[in-house]
Amino acid sequence: MIMGPLARALDDRLRLSPITRRALAKIFPDHWSFMLGEIALYSFIALILTGVYLTFFFDASSADRVYQGSYAPLDGATTSAAYASTVRLSWDVRAGLLIRQTHHWAALAFVAAIVLHLSRIFFTGAFRKPRELNWLIGVTMLALALANGFTGYSMPDDLLSGLGLRIITSVVESIPLVGTWLAALALGGEFPSDEMIPRMFITHVLLVPAILVALVSLHLGILVRQKHSQFPGPGRTEHNVVGSRFWPGYTLRTLALFAWVLAVLFALGGLVQINPVWLYGPFAPAESSSPAQPDWYVAWGDGALRLFPPWEFRIGGYLVPAPFFPGVVLGGLSFVALYLWPFVERWCTRDRHPHQLLDRPRNHPVRLGIGVGALTFYVVLVVAAGDDILARLLRVPVYDLLALFRVLVLVLPIVTGVLAFLIARALRRGEAVSLGELTRADLRRATRPAPRRPAGEDEPEVPVRHRPGERIEMWPQGELWRWRYRNEARQLALTNNRAVTSEQEAVETARLAYPGVDRVVVPGPPPPPARALRVALRRWGRATAAGSLLVAALLGRRRERRRRRDGDDEPPPA
Amino acid sequence: MSRRTPSKSERAASRRIAAAFLVSAAGAVGFAVTYGLNGGTQWEGVCLAVAFAGLAVGLAVWSRRLVPVGGYVEEHEGFVPPPAEQAMTAAVFRAPESPTRRWGLLAALGFALTALGVAALFPLRSLLPWDRQRPTRSLKDTPWGPGVRLVDDQGRPLRPDDVPADTMVAVFPEGRIDVGDAPAFAVRLNPERFIRHPAGGHLGGLVVWSLLCTHAGCPVRLYLKGAGRVLCPCHQSSFDLLAGARPIAGPAARPLPGLPIEVGPDGFLRATGDFTAPPGAGFWSRP
Repeated sequence: MIMGPLARALDDRLRLSPITRRALAKIFPDHWSFMLGEIALYSFIALILTGVYLTFFFDASSADRVYQGSYAPLDGATTSAAYASTVRLSWDVRAGLLIRQTHHWAALAFVAAIVLHLSRIFFTGAFRKPRELNWLIGVTMLALALANGFTGYSMPDDLLSGLGLRIITSVVESIPLVGTWLAALALGGEFPSDEMIPRMFITHVLLVPAILVALVSLHLGILVRQKHSQFPGPGRTEHNVVGSRFWPGYTLRTLALFAWVLAVLFALGGLVQINPVWLYGPFAPAESSSPAQPDWYVAWGDGALRLFPPWEFRIGGYLVPAPFFPGVVLGGLSFVALYLWPFVERWCTRDRHPHQLLDRPRNHPVRLGIGVGALTFYVVLVVAAGDDILARLLRVPVYDLLALFRVLVLVLPIVTGVLAFLIARALRRGEAVSLGELTRADLRRATRPAPRRPAGEDEPEVPVRHRPGERIEMWPQGELWRWRYRNEARQLALTNNRAVTSEQEAVETARLAYPGVDRVVVPGPPPPPARALRVALRRWGRATAAGSLLVAALLGRRRERRRRRDGDDEPPPA
Repeated sequence: MSRRTPSKSERAASRRIAAAFLVSAAGAVGFAVTYGLNGGTQWEGVCLAVAFAGLAVGLAVWSRRLVPVGGYVEEHEGFVPPPAEQAMTAAVFRAPESPTRRWGLLAALGFALTALGVAALFPLRSLLPWDRQRPTRSLKDTPWGPGVRLVDDQGRPLRPDDVPADTMVAVFPEGRIDVGDAPAFAVRLNPERFIRHPAGGHLGGLVVWSLLCTHAGCPVRLYLKGAGRVLCPCHQSSFDLLAGARPIAGPAARPLPGLPIEVGPDGFLRATGDFTAPPGAGFWSRP
């Protein structure tokens, strides 16, 4: 193998082995919700790969160009070069449409994964000290993802994206004092300008992606430095991380996830049509299309624009137009609230301790209620962005739906928020483990005011002396030392993630991970569990069960058939 | 480490993983063949999806069956450093020769950097070329003016008879069809049904209004002839043309600006001035 000498040569020059050994042994907690951020990461990689391919064919210019190609309705038509090259890319470049649609689906998945990841971080309190910085970086990346999604959506210069761009220009122009200047500077004049497509292009393919790559690196760097948080459980404390090692288990698992993400995105890109710009036609200032819906991640803004009443006023004679509130104020407040949340929560709970153990969502009824209410609010706005389609489907007047949504957007968040708050309290105070086990008594108890708790940490760890049956076993392994944590009561054994070079180091790492737990030296590693036998037994048991069910079913059918053949007139016994 | 003989379940898992990777390779070959034969987007997508799904299944089975899941623990040092360490680091910055001790120089440096930063903002003004109109002026002005003829989307000048009674006609200033804020529409209405007089006047029921919604600037291209209303497809603002194009539903708050028109000596329609108000979405401006 060539790898061995190469690795040694590199190590001799850079001394990589200590870093590599630690990095390969990094622990990742085994919980599905920790994979959501990775889906975002892999969608981002898919975006970069497919996006680079698209730049080879896309002509970011609003100059006139005659489309000549296999899409007959537009053959010979003069449109902007951006639009003509997009249609050409879709119809005349082999695999072009696949890559374009995959790129679009990847963008939708990217933002969706970010939002899910953010919700997980929010509801489990993973943003608390020491991870506020990564929360801020994450929220910034969400904003950049939205911005890049919108520029990418607008660049093909089709009718629908032109309408979207016109709306966002109107929203920017609605800002008092500076709005018209901001819009004019961004566009290089009045909408539609010749500069806007080249400017969006360079923003979309260089400026924002470069910042995103830098922030992703920073996000992951901080994650590795701070180590993962984890859910509470046996053997898990504020001083350790329990799970799988990066190499080999987690490497395989995360690569599998990467491949899954690509498989789903390419399946969508190949089979599910998205943004067929040739059907929309090129942008023209006097044309509009109906229905007109944006991509899902900006739909909340569009829904807010639809629902907000026609309220305008003047300050000293100057107009503050209606889109200012749903467009600028709502968007601004949403992100300010996201940015400030960790600090607001710390200020409210007066909890200044660092946290490595996550909350279960139910442990913080107020946070859960606010989060569920906020999510409901945005979901109603997204649905409201489709009110014209809904009206057509349901055959009701669109203005009746509008009135309904105007009520729902204010009422529904309060209802779901209060409900989530009460359910969380009921789950927390009662004995019910899951939603299905909640009784009426639990819910009634939840409506009573909370007993006062001392400020600070909500549930202190049980001291070691009250936890019998725990110990650390250490053993030499050649020159090296290993240790493991054993909990007899829970039948749990956790091996430390890497071998260390001395007994002293083994003692130190064990003391860090499990302060106060007794240590003993044992002669050697524990025998491997009889996993193969257990697996075989379980599989055999399952096969037997399935087989007997199958046999029973076959016998039953045969008996039925025989009875029918013997006497059709006899009614079957009830 | 000694090689141990793989158990029966491990051998079965290996077979499944290898089969998954073979499927993946078949998908990749399928993609190449589909591409070569120009087999179409659907098959290309399916082949690539199969290729990556095969990889995913193989890797997932590998990670579940052949390597341990969980069962490891790593110590977590925490992030509050011991006070002595913090003090040592702080001491480096407070050493006598440390630049952070010279407050006067630091203030001067800060002033210079701030000046540089502010100066660096100035070239951003070039994003809006200096030879163009200032934003508020350009938003208020349109190509319409006295004597500008009305043309249709093909550039043909319009006579009053060219506007039929049952539909709206998009009209543009002659020679400026592509300008963003200029599009207007002409409709023929029954003057006796007017509740409010159109702001730009009318020629025997022939009225011209700006086509751009006063909410967010989308063209109001949906015309409900019987009711004399136009509807914006973007956010469902609705304007009553019989009542001076007043907004009657949806988020728009101002009426559509009207365009004053006359019939020129050549028999074609022409404007007698600009719109009665800035067209399109509102912005920070006085009336």
